[in-house]
Amino acid sequence: MTSEAGKIQSEILQRIGASQHAARARNRVVYVVVWGLLAIGFIGGMMLAGDVDPAFFIESGPVIVLQGAGITIFVCVVSIIVATFLAIFGALGRLSTNSAINAVAGFYVSLIRGTPLLVQIFFIYFALPQAGIILDAIPAGIIALSLNYGAYMTEIFRAGIQAVPRGQAEAAQALGMPERLLFRRIVLPQAVRIVTPAIANDFIAMLKDSALISTIGVRETLFLGQRIGRSSFEPIAALLIVALVYWGLTIVFSFFQEKLERRMARGDR
Amino acid sequence: MTVGPLPDHGPRPAPPGSGYQSDLPSHIGEVIVRAEGIEKYFGDNHVLRGVDLEVRQREAVMLIGRSGSGKTTLLRCINFLEEPTVGSVEIDGLKLDADPLRARSRSHQEQIRQMRIRAGMLFQDFNLFPHMSVLQNCVEAPTRVLKQPKATAIERADHFLEVVGLAEKRDEYPARLSGGQKQRVAIARALCMEPKVLLFDEPTSALDPELIGEVLRVMEDLAHGGTTMIVVTHEMHFARQAADRIVFMENGVVVEQGPPEQMLDAPREEGTKRFLRRFLNA
Repeated sequence: MTSEAGKIQSEILQRIGASQHAARARNRVVYVVVWGLLAIGFIGGMMLAGDVDPAFFIESGPVIVLQGAGITIFVCVVSIIVATFLAIFGALGRLSTNSAINAVAGFYVSLIRGTPLLVQIFFIYFALPQAGIILDAIPAGIIALSLNYGAYMTEIFRAGIQAVPRGQAEAAQALGMPERLLFRRIVLPQAVRIVTPAIANDFIAMLKDSALISTIGVRETLFLGQRIGRSSFEPIAALLIVALVYWGLTIVFSFFQEKLERRMARGDR
Repeated sequence: MTVGPLPDHGPRPAPPGSGYQSDLPSHIGEVIVRAEGIEKYFGDNHVLRGVDLEVRQREAVMLIGRSGSGKTTLLRCINFLEEPTVGSVEIDGLKLDADPLRARSRSHQEQIRQMRIRAGMLFQDFNLFPHMSVLQNCVEAPTRVLKQPKATAIERADHFLEVVGLAEKRDEYPARLSGGQKQRVAIARALCMEPKVLLFDEPTSALDPELIGEVLRVMEDLAHGGTTMIVVTHEMHFARQAADRIVFMENGVVVEQGPPEQMLDAPREEGTKRFLRRFLNA
């Protein structure tokens, strides 16, 4: 190839690159504009339809966000941590060669996945006191969410542990590691990395499911919104704020989730 | 349910072609690995049909044979990654009888673990721990299994990484290494446990051709430096260079064994001849 031809070719490649870059930028602008218009349209439409006074938004919005969303996040963070531990033990139980342990774990997953979360919340808050176990609303809510998500995450962790290549355990065994050390140092850390995106996903789902614990009087986002709505005779406006709070939380945590996943996809550690 | 001890076949006659013992090279020492009467079934599949293998200190033994001949299974039986159906293995004075009926029992598992500490194992696909740096890979078992002080373990790890030529990669994660580098790290990791014998299970068969040489070179250096090793391999050229003894297996038994020149240039058994003819011409 002559250097002349090479020059022409590199110029063409440069122009292709530039046009692809421009197309990507254009796509991003279109995406943001359409998304923004839909959001403004939706919120504006709801405000018009519900005859919402904007002053109410400014007045009550911060209260719901600061108090309600604070409780929502607190309850969900504690619950997802407890649920993760439950799920690790649940998965170990499901994978155990001991039939009795196996049955306990299987029973737990079956019972929890077989009944509605709302029923579980009512049981823990209203039925346990009959047996002499009286819990405050927040602990009851955390226990219910933890038990519920722990059961679903048990299956996630079971799959995650099974997805760690067999050779990893064999290499650790060949180095003389006893079974517990092998699980704690070799299998579990790799399983956690495998299931992290799924747990982040569950956390985002839990943010919204936690609205159910408003029914037992936990002063989280939905509970506060309903109370403020009732007392100020602006129920639709308050509900709209509640919806926007959950939506906003989801957007924020989805952003972190995406960052986390991109970091894990790099996979250099 | 109680089951009596499995029948003792008594000492076995030496396998054919084991005349190697009469003229041992001077660097070879006492017997350090002794597998006796190893039988292994996978379901109905009789993979090992009574194998005896003795390996002496500083001896490099290469297991060759067609795939399916049982050589990898034999290797995995030696450190009980596969529990033999019948037989016993002794490494450096610690003898363990196969006991598949109580394979899960705690005491048996603990004995197996003690056995494995004496034998380093290298795998086809390396099995480095991907969530740990090269150095952590090498230090993990010495500190947590042998309870070495951390500083000692790091010092030794650096030494063995130097031996395999990867001292400068100590802080990398395995994903950043080539296949050949990974296998060399795996060798360093095994050496850090100061095993009595290294077991290699086709250590180069997952490697790109241009990366095989660097691993074989490290292994050859170890062999000539007096590391006791048992190697399952298809690399005949390497076997000729590095082996003190070559063992040919077929259909779950040892057919013939001897020094490399005898085995590769003047095999006595028909099975060995057939295998080598096909293999060396291929």
